[in-house]
Amino acid sequence: MTPIPLLDIRDLTVEFATRRGKVRAVQHIDISVAKGETLGIVGESGSGKSVTSYAVMRILDRAGRIAEGSVTFGGVNVGAASEKYMRDLRGREISMVFQNPRAALNPIRKVGHQIEDVLREHALAVSKNAKDMAIACLEKVRIANPAERYHAFPFELSGGMCQRVVIALALACRPQLLIADEPTTGLDVTTQKTVMDLMTELTRERGMSTILITHDLGLAAAYCDRVVVMEKGRVVETAAAEMIFKAPAHAYTRKLMRATPRVGAHLRDLLPEGNGAAAPAKPNGWAAAGDGRNEPLLLVENLVKEYPRKTGGGPFARLFNRNSEIETPPPFRAVDGISFSIARGESVGLVGESGCGKSTTSTMLMRLIDVSGGRILFDGEDIGAIPARSFARLPQRKRIQMVFQDATDSLNPRFTAARAIADPILQLGKEKSRKAVRARCEDLARQVGLPAELLGRFPHQLSGGQKARVGIARAIALRPDLVILDEPTAALDVSVQAVVLNLLQELKETLGMSYLFVSHDLNVVRLLCDRVIVMKSGKIVEEGPAERVMSAPQHDYTRQLLAAIPHPPM
Amino acid sequence: MLVMILKRLTTVIPSLIGVVIVTFLLTRALPGDPAAYFAGAAATPEAVEEVRKQLGLDQPLPVQFVRYVGDLARGDLGVSLTTGQRVTQDIAARLPASAELTLLGLIFSIALAVPLGVFAALKPGSLVDHACRVVATAGVSLPVFFTGLILVYVFYYLLGWAPAPLGRLDFFYSAPPTVTGFYLIDSLLIGDGEVFWASLKQIVLPALTLGIFSIAPIARITRASMLAVLASDFVRTARASGLAPTTVIITYALRNALLPVVTTLGMVFSFLLGANVLVEKVFAWPGIGSYAVEALISSDFAPVQGFVLTMAVMYVALNLTIDILYGLIDPRVRIEA
Amino acid sequence: MTDATTDAVTPAPSGLASAFAHARYVLGENPVTGFAFALFLLIVVTAAIGPYIVPYDPLASDTAAALQAPSTRHWFGTDQLGRDVFSRVIVATRLDFLIAIFSVVLVLLMGGLAGVAAGFFGGWTDRIVSRLTDTIMAFPLFVLAMGIVAALGNTVENIVLATAIVNFPLYARVARAEANVRREAGYVQAARLSGNSEGRILLAHILPNIMPIMIVQMSLTMGYAILNAAGLSFIGLGVRPPTAEWGILVAEGAAFMVSGEWWIAFFPGLALMIAVFCFNLLGDGLRDIVDPQRRT
Repeated sequence: MTPIPLLDIRDLTVEFATRRGKVRAVQHIDISVAKGETLGIVGESGSGKSVTSYAVMRILDRAGRIAEGSVTFGGVNVGAASEKYMRDLRGREISMVFQNPRAALNPIRKVGHQIEDVLREHALAVSKNAKDMAIACLEKVRIANPAERYHAFPFELSGGMCQRVVIALALACRPQLLIADEPTTGLDVTTQKTVMDLMTELTRERGMSTILITHDLGLAAAYCDRVVVMEKGRVVETAAAEMIFKAPAHAYTRKLMRATPRVGAHLRDLLPEGNGAAAPAKPNGWAAAGDGRNEPLLLVENLVKEYPRKTGGGPFARLFNRNSEIETPPPFRAVDGISFSIARGESVGLVGESGCGKSTTSTMLMRLIDVSGGRILFDGEDIGAIPARSFARLPQRKRIQMVFQDATDSLNPRFTAARAIADPILQLGKEKSRKAVRARCEDLARQVGLPAELLGRFPHQLSGGQKARVGIARAIALRPDLVILDEPTAALDVSVQAVVLNLLQELKETLGMSYLFVSHDLNVVRLLCDRVIVMKSGKIVEEGPAERVMSAPQHDYTRQLLAAIPHPPM
Repeated sequence: MLVMILKRLTTVIPSLIGVVIVTFLLTRALPGDPAAYFAGAAATPEAVEEVRKQLGLDQPLPVQFVRYVGDLARGDLGVSLTTGQRVTQDIAARLPASAELTLLGLIFSIALAVPLGVFAALKPGSLVDHACRVVATAGVSLPVFFTGLILVYVFYYLLGWAPAPLGRLDFFYSAPPTVTGFYLIDSLLIGDGEVFWASLKQIVLPALTLGIFSIAPIARITRASMLAVLASDFVRTARASGLAPTTVIITYALRNALLPVVTTLGMVFSFLLGANVLVEKVFAWPGIGSYAVEALISSDFAPVQGFVLTMAVMYVALNLTIDILYGLIDPRVRIEA
Repeated sequence: MTDATTDAVTPAPSGLASAFAHARYVLGENPVTGFAFALFLLIVVTAAIGPYIVPYDPLASDTAAALQAPSTRHWFGTDQLGRDVFSRVIVATRLDFLIAIFSVVLVLLMGGLAGVAAGFFGGWTDRIVSRLTDTIMAFPLFVLAMGIVAALGNTVENIVLATAIVNFPLYARVARAEANVRREAGYVQAARLSGNSEGRILLAHILPNIMPIMIVQMSLTMGYAILNAAGLSFIGLGVRPPTAEWGILVAEGAAFMVSGEWWIAFFPGLALMIAVFCFNLLGDGLRDIVDPQRRT
């Protein structure tokens, strides 16, 4: 009873010519999309999901080519069609929405003109009505003041706004198939929801088919009819969205599904079957950690960070304005008077969207930048009053450490893993002899599960997960009391994320540290934290035990954040 | 737009102050006795004393500087010992010759280098691409005076196509009445085809020499930025929207790729103005470069100083023009201002 | 996880060995770089032993043998005074090479350090260095070099100094930009957390990462340094006749180009060109080794 598919990919293999010979990015895959269907293609980085979409559009770069198999769209073989035919097809019948919307638009052309270009190319508009049509397109994606935005350049629009323009561009010619390649990666979770809802609504309204390419199984399950799971260039499973979660057939799908943070799951649940069984899932133990020792390790009081605003006008303007009494604008408050505490052995999550001030807060606590106001009491002493410059030489330095967001960026490319881990020990540690330092490094490597033979490697010779382990080993090298985790898993694939999160939990339990976990992802924070603080625009909007905040949020913004997380059907 | 230009103008001020200070320091840094330097090699001790008083060299440095700035403000750059004229007059008379040569050289190299770079980027690994690579590396390796001499040998001595490398116009012809100071334009203005042809024949080789010199950096940056833009996300979007290849390449890729090219023009001008001096010497071109070289040889410092100052001011002005041009192409700069 | 310490730790691939492997890979990929390197060695050898192997005294004139075309006796012919052009070209290599090396090392020290300090410390250091580079950049570089040599005096030392000064902004800017992006890099922040002082971070973490880029910059500007020096002596600044230097040799032969005695200017010009070409190729090759992404 399957209808004739709109798009039919059969036995497709895509090859890339590289320096080291031919590489098959996609191997013998079969995918079909029916009319009006929304299909999700899910996979981790390097699974070949984006390459597939480029092959459909035939916009593979010079080195890539379709080596085997066929792509049929509307009954026509795309692989054999003329370039002229393909050009008519692109944008008019099949269109794409890309990751990183700001880069996907021509930076020096008005967005309205970019939409016009597409309309005119496909002869849907002539110079007379092009502008009106372009404005209508902008209106469709609910951009306020479309007539005004028509004249905007991409850099004048926010990321979410740019993605709406890209969607307007993609839907301008009413194509039959929309391919959305990681359309919301890099956008905040609330923006992600509005963009996804908008896209779904518009495509449904027009009876279009959609392919949603994503690394996020939750997102795919929430928005798609069917899901294709890809691993290393191959399709490992194709199933209805609800089936993928209920009864994943392939081992890889199961692993991926388990690793995705979701409501009700505990940390151990994220690990592949068999791994977590040894250690029983430990209930969150805030209460256990909280009582008994009532004096908090860290007490933040009314913390403020201000940045001077860019004054409008250069030297001339300042020259002319000197006499007129124009007030300089009040400084921008990145962090606007927040107070909270962290108890010994407690882990606290600091959650918010980009620009909410969470990173500024953590950098201040880390004593890397100076505070503008308020106090940071660490073990009773106001370390906020110590200038950031001289903090490196104080004994407190050892007690507060950090795991950075980007493991690659946080490792000196000229240092081996061992040297990187040894750096804090050499500067501040009590081990002095070469042998003792070496032994401590090996000890730390064992603690974070980094094979000792990898210690001699340079960062570019390590995988993402291994680099994360090096970063963690370095952070715990001085046996700190407080470790700030700044989105430590943001750059990792979900399966690696699951392992790293578990490692962090294990280390906390054995070493008795406190964590401040900074993240944009409530689902991830909940797994590791006893208590959650939600920030917005430099202020704390809600604070409370993780489970309570997740199940019964009190502030509207928290509710909004929670609602925006795509929930797979369970 | 106007605000942006005004704003940009203000940023020129520190550069100009720097230029004035450096030229002042250069004259005061003369080894031995600057007065003796300015008076010339053959001056008597009394003449040197006279010059010292005249130049105010017996005064403390700040006073000298004020005086120097005052002279500059009045357009007084001193007197050339070799020509006996005021340096300002000399330079004004010779500047058009240099400007005509440099601009023609630049036009020539842009006309050749930009298409070369674009085609090389469109077809990486092709013949054009390899040609572009060779030109880009060989071009910067050629000493400009050497290229000039080779061209003279081939086109004047061997082939006899070019006239003798002796200035702007063969002595049979008289210069056209000065309107712009550019012989090519002035001769056309009075409709004198013969003089136009004669001056064109004279300028081709030196302009070519300068052009060959600046093709390399322009072609190189065009190719590189075009390659980068062609691989960018927005070009992929344009292709995925089915836009025609010409639209993608010209409206989307080339306009963006030209931004770094325009920025490089500043550097190219720096090289061109310097190379100009050498080319003028090879072709006995009566511009300000050869004026400065002649003055250098006879230890006549006032013209050298005037020359350095003029060149710097011109260069600052050129950079300003480039910045404004950049603002016209790139909305980001325009609006941030 | 068993006892990992009992396992023999496999020796880490040492930094030097892997760099060699990478260099070999790049040379195989791009034989031109290998060629440039060979040429570079030839220039160095010529500069070192040139004066001892030339067939004639480069300064000895022999009016009877003036203006002879290249022959087996005089490979590159003779000039208007009967001096052997081949000997003069070979002997000049040392002077030109030394001028280039000294000026480039000088500017690496001045510009590199100033730039790194400006980029890393920011504030006043940055303002002063930036103002300095802007002022130098306000001049067409060759013109400024002319002015400096004319003012400081007509000596080889001043040619070296002038060449270094006009190259200062190139080095300072590159070093500043590199130091500036690294100032807030994750690994520098991490080094702060590890208790490194700012000075130590600069020396142990930032400089080693910038050094390769500066070395590439050095070999890229080496060609320009030679051209600059030769250009200055071509117009009569710096080195004085009868000293053999490529720029002067070309200048001396320039007048004979129009009367057909091409060899006097041609061979020194060719030598100059080959040297600059070699440095440029080498610079491009080194850049490919250090930073494959920036290939153009």
